[in-house]
Parts: sequence; C-alpha cells; structure tokens
Amino acid sequence: MEARVSRSSPEVASNSFGNWLQLALPKLVLAPTVVITLIFVYGFILWTTYLSFTRSKGYPIHEWVGWLQYDRVWHHPRWEVAMHNLAVFGVLYVVLCMAIGLLLAILLDQRIRMEGTLRAIYLYPLALSFIVTGTAWKWMLNPGLGIQKLVQGWGFENFEFDWIVSEEMAIYTVVIAGVWQASGFVMAMFLAGLRGIDQEMLKAASIDCASLPKIYWNIIIPQLRPIFLSSMVILVHLAIKSYELVVALTGGGPGYATELPSTFMYVHTFTRNQLAMGAASAVMMLLTVAAIMVPYLYSEMRAGRRASQQ
Amino acid sequence: MTGAKTTSMAQYWDTPPAARRIRWAPFVIYGLLGFFALVYLLPLAVMLLTSVKPLTEIYSGSIISWPQQWTIDPWVRAWGSTCVGLSCNGIKGYFWNSTKMTVFAVIISTAIGMLNGYVLTKWRFKGANVLFGLILFGCFIPFQIVLIPMATLLGKMGMASSTPGLVFVHVVYGLCFTTLYFRNYYMAFPDELIKAAMIDGARFFSIFLRILVPNSLPIVVVTVIWQFTNIWNDFLFGASFSTGESAPMTVALNNVVNTSTGEREYNVHMAAAMIAALPTLLVYIVGGRYFVRGLMAGSVKG
Amino acid sequence: MASLEIVNIKKRFGDVEILKGIDIAVEAGEFLVLVGPSGCGKSTLLNMIAGLDTVSEGEIRIGGKTVNALHPSERDIAMVFQSYALYPNMSVEGNIAFGMRMRKVPKEERERAVQEVAKTLQIDHLLQRRPAQLSGGQRQRVAMGRALVRKPRIFLFDEPLSNLDAQLRVDMRTEIKKLHQRLGATIVYVTHDQIEAMTLATRIAVMRNGELQQLGTPAEIYSKPSNTFVAGFMGSPRMNLLPGLLRVEGNDWRLEIGIEGTPAARLPLGALPEAVRAYSGKEIIAGLRPEAVTDHGEADGATRAVVDAVVEVTEPTGPDTLAVLELGGREVTARLRPDTALKPGDHGRFAIDLAKMVWFDPATGARVV
Repeated sequence: MEARVSRSSPEVASNSFGNWLQLALPKLVLAPTVVITLIFVYGFILWTTYLSFTRSKGYPIHEWVGWLQYDRVWHHPRWEVAMHNLAVFGVLYVVLCMAIGLLLAILLDQRIRMEGTLRAIYLYPLALSFIVTGTAWKWMLNPGLGIQKLVQGWGFENFEFDWIVSEEMAIYTVVIAGVWQASGFVMAMFLAGLRGIDQEMLKAASIDCASLPKIYWNIIIPQLRPIFLSSMVILVHLAIKSYELVVALTGGGPGYATELPSTFMYVHTFTRNQLAMGAASAVMMLLTVAAIMVPYLYSEMRAGRRASQQ
Repeated sequence: MTGAKTTSMAQYWDTPPAARRIRWAPFVIYGLLGFFALVYLLPLAVMLLTSVKPLTEIYSGSIISWPQQWTIDPWVRAWGSTCVGLSCNGIKGYFWNSTKMTVFAVIISTAIGMLNGYVLTKWRFKGANVLFGLILFGCFIPFQIVLIPMATLLGKMGMASSTPGLVFVHVVYGLCFTTLYFRNYYMAFPDELIKAAMIDGARFFSIFLRILVPNSLPIVVVTVIWQFTNIWNDFLFGASFSTGESAPMTVALNNVVNTSTGEREYNVHMAAAMIAALPTLLVYIVGGRYFVRGLMAGSVKG
Repeated sequence: MASLEIVNIKKRFGDVEILKGIDIAVEAGEFLVLVGPSGCGKSTLLNMIAGLDTVSEGEIRIGGKTVNALHPSERDIAMVFQSYALYPNMSVEGNIAFGMRMRKVPKEERERAVQEVAKTLQIDHLLQRRPAQLSGGQRQRVAMGRALVRKPRIFLFDEPLSNLDAQLRVDMRTEIKKLHQRLGATIVYVTHDQIEAMTLATRIAVMRNGELQQLGTPAEIYSKPSNTFVAGFMGSPRMNLLPGLLRVEGNDWRLEIGIEGTPAARLPLGALPEAVRAYSGKEIIAGLRPEAVTDHGEADGATRAVVDAVVEVTEPTGPDTLAVLELGGREVTARLRPDTALKPGDHGRFAIDLAKMVWFDPATGARVV
C-alpha cells in the first residue's frame, strides 16, 4: 500500500505536464499557420490599407491624407479604362467559360469513345502558366505573322484580325486567351456534376418526357445550380486577379487599352513610384473580390449548417 | 460468375441510360468535340512548330505550315544563350531557380498543411472552425493587396531578390490551399481508426505518422501536383520580389518575349515558352487524374 | 389479348449474353413478379419493357403493338424506382404533374388529376413540399403518384421497397396489393425478395443467369418448382433437397439416403408415379418442404411415412419450432409443434408427408414429376 502511494506521486506530477502537453499540442501545431495568416494576410491587408491613406510615393511617407489617393485613382483616366475593361472582360470571360464548359460537359457525358483523351485535351491549358498562354496567343494573334496571315494565305485577302494592336478590340483578345485557358476547368466541374445525377431520376424523366432538351432544361440543369454558382465565383475571382495574362499578351497595351486594375496597381507601385495610389487600387480590388466572395461563402456556410441540421 | 463476366456486367451497369443519350447524329457530337479539340490544341501545336523552324521560314510561311527545315537551334539558344535583360546566358539559370524555389516551397507548404488538416479534423477544440475560416480567407484575396508590405519586409530581412525569399512567400500564401485540401480529406477519414490507435496507446504524433500519413498518398499527390503547378507558373510574386539573377522561369520568359530590341526571334521565344511549360505539362500528363481531383477539392467549401 | 408480350427477348452486351431468350405473356390485370438473385437479368428485362434499354433480339409488344422502337414516354407505361427518383428541384405537385406538363395537358385538367391521385395516396397535404423534406415512405407514395397519374396500360416497379425499413416495407407491400385490387392494373414488379414475390404476385417468373426458370402462380412455384434452383430459391426456410438411391423390393419402394461412410437411412415410399419409378436403382433427388416433415404424432397412414432421425438444432419461431434433423448424414429442416419436447441430440420419430414430395433429376436439376 505505502509503496504504491509514494510511487504514484511523482508519476502524477509528470503526467500532468504530459497531459497538458497533449492537450496543447494540437493548438501549438496549428499556431504557426495562424500567426502567419494573421500577420501576412490580415496584417498586410491593414498595412496596405494604411498606406493607401498616406502620401507615400517612392517610399512610405507617414502623412495622413484621407481619401486623396482614392480620389486620384478613381479619376485617373487609366483607372477608368481599367474598370471598363474589367467589366467587359469579366462578363465575357464568365459567360463564355460557363457556356463552353457546359456544352463540352454535356457532349462528353454522352458516353463517347476517347472521353479520357478529349477531357485531357480540354484541361491541359490549366497546367500552363498564364505567361506561356499569353506568349502563345500573342504569337497567334500577331497581325503580320499569325492567324491573319494564315487566313489571308488561304485566299481571303481582305481578312483582318489585328485586334491585338487595336485599342478598341485588344481587350477581346484577352477574353479569347482567358476563355481558352479556363473553360476546361468549368467543363470538369460540370462533368462531375452531370455524373453525380441520379440515374434512376433520369429514367423517370425519360418516361415522362421524350424531348431530351426539355429534360436537360427542366431537370438536369436546375440540379447543376450549385455548380453554376461556384464556377461563377471562381471565374470572377480569376478575372479580378488576372494580371499575368495581360502582361504576356498585350503588356497592357496598345498604350493602356488593355489596362486592368491589377496592371494599374503593379505599374503605379513598382514603376511609377506611386506607392499610395497603388495601395489604394489594391484595396479597391480587394473590396471588389470581397463583395462577391463574402456573400457566397456566407450562404454556403448557412446551407451547410442547415443541411447538417436536417 | 467468373471474374471476366463480372467486369463486363459492371461495365454494363455503368453506362448511362438511353435517357441521357442525345439522339443527334453522332457525327454532330464528335464534330463539335473535334472542333473544340483542335482549337484547344492549336496554340500548343503552333508553339511547337514555330520552335523548330528557322527564322526565315517563320517570316515566309504561316503559323501552321510544316517546317521544311527542322532545327533544334532555337531550343539550344533559348536554353543557353538568349538574352534575358542584360545577361545573355539563356534561361537555364532561371529554370534552376524555379526548380529550387518550387521544390522547397511545395515540400514545406504540403507538410505544414498536412499537420494543420490533421489538427483541424481530429483534434477539434473550441474555435477551431473559426481559425479554419480565418486561414481559408487567405485563399481568396487578390495578392496585389500584400505586395507592398511583403516587398518592404523582404527588403528589411535581406531576402529581397533571392530564392529563399520566394520560397518563403510561396509557403506563406500556399498554406491556405494545402490546409484546405488536407482538412477536407481528413474529414472523411474514419475517426474510428484514430480512436483505435488511441486505445492502443498512440499519442498525437504517433497517430499522425503511423496512421494518417501512410494512408494519405492520394491527397498528398493531389496537393503536390496542385502546389507545384501554381508555384511553378506564378509570375506576380516572381516579378514583384525578385530581379535579375534570382528571378524564376516565368519572369525570365516574359523578359525574353517582350524585349523590344533587335530582331524578334520568335522561334527562340516559342522554344523558351515550351521549356517553361514542359514541367507542369509533364506533371499534368502523368498525374492528370489527381490534377482534376485537385481542381474539384479546391472548390468544395466547408 | 395479352396486355404485354415478351417474345424471345435476348440481350447481349459485347460478348456477354445477359438475357438468353425470355418468353412471357402477361394478361391485363395481372401482377407479374420477376424474381431472382442479383445479376439474373430481371432489372434488365424491366428496363427493356420500359424502353430504357435496347433490345438485341426479340420483341416487346404492349397491347398487341410492337414497341421496340418507341421512346419510353410513348409506350403508355409508368415506372416506380427503388430510389424514388423524384425531381429534387420541383415540389411534390411539380413531380406528379411533370409528365402532363410535357404532354401539354391543360392546367385545369392537370390540377384535377394531381388532386385525385394525391387523395388516393393520402399525400394531398404534402403537395407543396420538396422531396428533401419528405420521409422515405412519403417519397415512395409520391413516386407512385407520379406513375398513377399517367393512367398507363402497364405499371413497372423496380425493387420499390428495397430502400424502406422492414416495418414500412410490409405496410407498403399491403398498400401496393390494395392498389392493384382496386385499379385492376397490369403490373410487372421486380424484386429479389421471394416473400414479396409470393405475397404480391398473381404469377411469378423466376429468373437465373438470364434464363426463365419457371413461370407460374405462387402456389405452383411453391409446391411444384420446376427445378432445384427454384425449389431452393423460393420459400423460407428452403426446401429440403435429399439426394438418394431409389430401390425397390417387390412393391416396396424406398429411398436410401446417405453419404459415403455413414449408414444410410431408408425412407419408405408409397405409390410412385411412373416417371419416378424409371429411376429405380439410380440416384434421384427428393424435395420436401419443412412443413412436410413433422412430429410423429401427426402421422396418419397412406401418404405419410415415418423415419427416425437425430435432432441437431432447434429454432423456436413462435408459431412453430424449426428443427434441423440429421437423416442418413444429410440435414433436413422440419417444422415441429411449438411446444415440442425434443432437444438437440435427441433421437426422434418424424412423419413425412409423401403427397407433398417433389422429385428432381440429379443431373439436370429438373423436376421429374
């Protein structure tokens, strides 16, 4: 009896530290990532936001100027072009990617041969860097040596395809290259969705209705709604972030005809020594993204919670 | 039933019902699919063809004309002697920069992400979900918002324009993705296995190393492929945080292609682009299935 | 005129022959159950009747008309599925009315039809709900409502009760039977559960490996199975199949049951039909349902024989006691009185009702008589 009691005391002491360690260990392990996120995501966001309210130029100047920089950005002619381009590019990019992606997914779903090969072909652009994509398309869209020359060589001597050097049309070349790259992704998402549809439900639909387009319209596509939503969110996100594509394809040009908020920000921050303006434009980019992501994430979480409550 | 027959039966049940089959002539379907396939392949084909033609042919022929004279000289020049900025030693140095940067960044971010996923799913504590949300948010921000502070910080730490600096940046901003992937994967991992291990006496790290890690191969492959692709292909961080000799492949490529001095050596440009694209293309071809899973996993939230 | 004719239907998939030539004629008002183990082809056959799968050879005729080329929606059929297969993006009302909407039935008529069907199935209070908000039983009713509203010539059911829990399954089985009686509808019903088959069917088609083993009423299938497979598949507990040697001494026929080594048991047989007597001196298989083997006390003369056997296991079920007996080295399941005193290890005397005996050829498995 006695021996056991005296032996257990030191064990209890070391156990309690061991136990504490076991309890704290998960949190300790997660902590570095949390700290990193706090500093490098949230902290940096705050830092940039702070800078956007200062008079910083080539280097940070800690003098508060309120909304001055935002004003300057907002009324800057290049920013107006950038916003206009973002709207045009964004809408076309999202709509075309979804339309082509859905079409390809429906076609691939028809149990065709070589499905795996075709899928691989539609998806490979995603594996490429935007710079590579931009380089390739820039070459193809070259008026003197690219597609224009090719088609003219086929006999259509009046064929013109010099969009890439046209101030009005250059943004559409960015659309072309962007859609080429990302529509495969949308296709993959829709294909997965189509494959997940209950087979027996489709049999029932077939008994109810002979017309396949009507079945798609009334039954299949409504069930793909979550995929529409999540691909739209991801595409919008990509569109707002797109920087490398423009750099490689047009360099922002001709002139600044294909300027986007992302290129505006980069140029003013690193080339034109307008740190605060760059910061302000970055903040506005963040707000635009947040305006779309936050409601979406919020509704997803609520739907998730509602589903788990049922 | 014999094995062979069962496989056929399984195949049979797997075919979608007649219900979903479009009754158009198959050639319409194949025609459309083929057309799109050509459009998708065209840029790659053009790049390849252009990269093996001599310059004279590029000017005289069209982008899809077959080379009359094959030459791998553009590839050799791109690798070893083309001018990037002021130095004319080809892109090989930058290729190695990218390789070093990517390998380290992928390994570190994957390892940490794995631990994070483990903690978040098997060791739930109060506030874990909030922390996960906090971490996840980092995946969605446009990275322009962190460029200025990061540039300043790297300068102060003496890591501006260096490969370690880029590794650091990619790890920091890759953690949200890797954590997300592993967290989603481990959520579906049976808790009973963990409980059984605990009863057998395993503790935090033993469970992780002996039970989770050996069973994580699919998600590790997905994460590695996804991270490799994203980090190798990145341009924004590379352009913002490194200059000159320490720049990654993408920055060098952009430099090569967009130089406005002298004659445009399109074939060399295309060769350089191909060299830049090959690693991720190879990874895609070899691990395509996992690539797709990575795509899907990234878009599954909460 | 038959309502549904399945004429020499064959189905091939690559090299595999899934259905090897099925011939069934279903009269109007019949409840035909296709039953068999998984992989036997019953669902394939049902899909082919519906038009959801193509026919490799043969004809499907509905109402006398060959429908092989017709789209499912043009065959005047309705189908109820195992997974209910309701459209998740529509309300109950929308689900039931969808087919009518596609056929451009005017709104008033649609609403009337939906109300009528909903009341019959007692789901009229659920019309505005979505499928996700319903229980399994409710969803199954909606699925049936969708089928009923089409007023089809033929109803097809594909294992509709498999997803329900045991009690619900029994309740819904009765509902389906009542519906059949009230509507007089022609029904083809697929199940792997032989109890469902026995209780619901007017005729049963037992299938195996793509072939029709037997087509008959439940009573026929039960007491006169056409081969050892049907005998073993239908009825629970399974029919006892006793291989033995048929011997005759003068006018006394006997079945010698035993496996090498153990002493044979001799089962005295009464008068035997000629087809069975042809097996004299040869191996034959005797089929006996458990209820044909009972306590000795019930034996009564001509059609009953008496044997001695050892009790191995007893299973009281409530209404009776199932006992596994060892007879000549073979296991025989018997139904004894619920209050029987026999215990495992006991020797006992048992009565065998020879009138219920069925004979099978050992080589082909087919019934001799």
